[in-house]
Amino acid sequence: MSWTVLAALASYWRRNPLQLVTLLVGLALATALWSGVQAINAEARSSYDAAAATLGEGSYAQITARDGGAIAQQEYIAMRRAGWAVSPVIEGRIDGVRIVGLEPLTAPGGLGPVNLGAGTDLGAFLTGPGQIFARAATLDRLPVLGAQRVIAPDVAPNTVLTDIGIAQRLLGRAGQIDRLIVLPDQPITRRPLSDIAPDLAQATPQGGGDVARLTDSFHLNLTAFGLLSFAVGLFIVHGAIGLAFEQRRPMIRSMRALGVPLGRLIALMAVELAILALIAGAIGIALGYVIAAVLLPDVAATLRGLYGADLSGQLTLRPAWWLSGLAIALGGTAVAASGVFWSLARMSLLSGAQPRALAMAQRGGAQAALAMALLTLSAVMAIWGEGLLAGFAMLGALLIGGALALPPLLALVLKLAEAPARTRQQVPGLSLALMALLLAMAANVGVSTMVSSFRLTFVGFLDQRLASELYVSAEDAAQAATIVAVASDRADAILPILSVDRTVAGLPAEIYSARDHATYRDNWQFLRAMPDAWNRLARGKGVLINEQMFRRAKLDLGDAIALAPDVRLPVLGVYGDYGNSIGQVIVTEALFRSLYPDVTALRFGLRTTPDEAPALRAALRTEAGLSEAAMIDQAAIKALSLSVFERTFTVTTALNVLTLAVAGFAILMSLLTLAAIRLPQLAPVWALGLTRRRLALLDLLRALVLAALTAVLALPLGLALAWALLAVVNVEAFGWRLPMYLFPLDYIRLTALALLAAALAALWPAWRLSRIPPARLLGVFSNER
Amino acid sequence: MLLNLQDVFKSYPGTETAVLGGVSLELQSGEMLALTGESGSGKSTLLHLIGGLDTANSGRVAIEGKDLTPLNDAGRATLRRGTVGVIFQQFNLIPSLTVAGNIAFQARLAGRHDQAHDRDLANRLGLDEHLHKYPEQLSGGQQQRVAIARTLAPRPKLVLADEPTGNLDEASADAVMSLLRDLVEETGAGLILVTHSERLAARLPRRLHLRSGRLT
Repeated sequence: MSWTVLAALASYWRRNPLQLVTLLVGLALATALWSGVQAINAEARSSYDAAAATLGEGSYAQITARDGGAIAQQEYIAMRRAGWAVSPVIEGRIDGVRIVGLEPLTAPGGLGPVNLGAGTDLGAFLTGPGQIFARAATLDRLPVLGAQRVIAPDVAPNTVLTDIGIAQRLLGRAGQIDRLIVLPDQPITRRPLSDIAPDLAQATPQGGGDVARLTDSFHLNLTAFGLLSFAVGLFIVHGAIGLAFEQRRPMIRSMRALGVPLGRLIALMAVELAILALIAGAIGIALGYVIAAVLLPDVAATLRGLYGADLSGQLTLRPAWWLSGLAIALGGTAVAASGVFWSLARMSLLSGAQPRALAMAQRGGAQAALAMALLTLSAVMAIWGEGLLAGFAMLGALLIGGALALPPLLALVLKLAEAPARTRQQVPGLSLALMALLLAMAANVGVSTMVSSFRLTFVGFLDQRLASELYVSAEDAAQAATIVAVASDRADAILPILSVDRTVAGLPAEIYSARDHATYRDNWQFLRAMPDAWNRLARGKGVLINEQMFRRAKLDLGDAIALAPDVRLPVLGVYGDYGNSIGQVIVTEALFRSLYPDVTALRFGLRTTPDEAPALRAALRTEAGLSEAAMIDQAAIKALSLSVFERTFTVTTALNVLTLAVAGFAILMSLLTLAAIRLPQLAPVWALGLTRRRLALLDLLRALVLAALTAVLALPLGLALAWALLAVVNVEAFGWRLPMYLFPLDYIRLTALALLAAALAALWPAWRLSRIPPARLLGVFSNER
Repeated sequence: MLLNLQDVFKSYPGTETAVLGGVSLELQSGEMLALTGESGSGKSTLLHLIGGLDTANSGRVAIEGKDLTPLNDAGRATLRRGTVGVIFQQFNLIPSLTVAGNIAFQARLAGRHDQAHDRDLANRLGLDEHLHKYPEQLSGGQQQRVAIARTLAPRPKLVLADEPTGNLDEASADAVMSLLRDLVEETGAGLILVTHSERLAARLPRRLHLRSGRLT
């Protein structure tokens, strides 16, 4: 019996291939966007994990110099003698590739290939020219180093592992160590660290790499976009399944009347949908792989630019990834079909053709109530919710609530406008496609408003911050002194750039020194500040902090910050610091030099008039021996910063466009399927004298009117989304709040695009209607009984 | 005894009067019965109760001695698959299956598909040339004949026909009626024919009239 029923169910799709294509393509697109994003996230996380495992960041405590500098070999030896089980690490870069030197005899097991499993030649690793371990792609990028190259796929991307002695030689840092890995089992008799090396500090294991934590918000953003795209795709799937069910009602009733039990019928329809979902899911995963492969280079560049995270440029097909893709395709189909199965389970055998209008009216009331509930929930979460997840939950409630509110709103608007009944009747059939369009447009308005507001703020911020005409970098302290000597005669001001990374108020932060100069006073704008903040800072009576530190550490003006055991200073002001991922504290130059006497300024901002900048540049080149690469003018830095910024949103823009394309597809498919079921409505009008061409034109116009109304309603929803992104999600994810600007021209262009998409989608069904054989219209009457 | 109805009552929520008010009826195997009555007299409701498509409020409906009243949906579906065949007024053909697929459908459900029997039925009902067509490509009369073939293909013990010629002209109705009678007779099944037409009812050996939910 089951095969007979399954064959009969399948025969429906054979007779209605367009609906089958709609269902498969809708689900495949939804899965593709979701799994594409997941593939990127999985690749990034795997790279972070590999890096954390290679460098021991996640699992072991670390000892570093308090001043951020190198640890002398002698200190390491002293610690070993005092009983400390520690292993030295040195890091550096050659041609952009990260070189990590480890000592295999003391390093804990599991760090990269140095656990010396079968096939590792310890002698070759330690002595002679030595061995370097890296991925093949990384080895290809390295110049000739004189060491034996060994391909090791497990090593983190863009990273080379080798013995510490060989790394010191390659990096030209003989006798230096950057940090010590503290092994878990330490002898109880060892002497305290403060006795042996008071200038060293121990940090506890971080439970995951720094990079993984820093990039969490970025990946959460991508995931949210993936989910949004998936939701838009699900609207198509829901529409296709719902339409197929409506059209199969007579078939279902016949099958039940002929002896197919209801339970078996529901189970078999579920099997049928599961098979379709698996096929569409497999197609979607393949498409997702392509999307991920196309977007990965941009994501990798963004992560490198923003967070310094190295990502493998190659995608790996992970079973967990494609299995989760299939699972979400199945889960999404189940969600989309749940209503249909509910309706099927309650469908009476004898009253199979329940009046649809009444059912839809009842559904419309429930939908409006659910929309109101979701929008209220969204408002409640916006006011009282805390945390990034609450922010995304608020966005979800806002978008779904807005989408559900669309059909009742459209019906109300059309009723108030006294639109023809036929236009109003089209709303339920098209509602899912229009909801998909609404979501896609709102996402576009919201995200583009956020990105453009961010861009405006960021450009203004760069203009303020990059006030110096020339930025120079010295190779060592001697060259730095020469730069100061050469520039002091020619520049209006020399502003040393001094900073160290430290933990402040329990958070990773950068301590930055600011020389008391008008450059800072004139250009840096406070978000909030005490009166006379700059003068009080100059007198060493406090510090300035960036917005990230202010929000994350929940500090306020006047709160004291501990910079050293005996140095606690109040917060005098808070400044915007867009593009920075961590907190920042500004102290006076004098305080900085007293706290960190070993840190030498190697970078400088030089103030001069724009006309004299080229002469200053030439003098630094000839007199201080600076290379062109060591001197960057203001415009170049701005261009670089903007390019990093633009790349950051390349992925967002691409996903935005894809989501809009999916919505366009939803409209096309809805109109095509509607065209088939609307024949009984059109045939009498045609018979009364309206030509097919005129009917087609009216249909086209109707689709445009509905799309235009949807576009108008999408604007406030999009602006609400933008506000939520700027005022809630960004604050939680990045630690800064951005002002919101409006871009009416962009919105007009987007509306025009949406109307064009709707018109193109409506064109084909209208063309088909204009050429429909009269026999098919007559068939409507002959089938009437 | 093939069919035994005892004091069957049926009413619908929201209506004051019962559609069937205590109907009792017996039918032997091979017996043919015409059931006539005005519109709304309860003919179709009675047919639905016998076919297990609906359940009585009280009374007993038994086929081959088995009471349908306590059966659940699956039990009644088993009855419809194998024992009782219903020819619906609206044909209830499956639009996406061909004529051949529709004829074979119920026999396949019952696990009694016999291709030679299907071909014989199609041949006798004049459907030979239409086996690969879809229902929408057939006239009303042709669709009715497909519905008859489908019902008879699994060789049911009781055939219930609800106005099977309601959409046909007089000549076509006579032809279809003759065929139905002959085919049922050959299988030895019982037949209950619901019709408005006194002329068609007169062609069956036994007649009952339903008035206001009671048999006369």
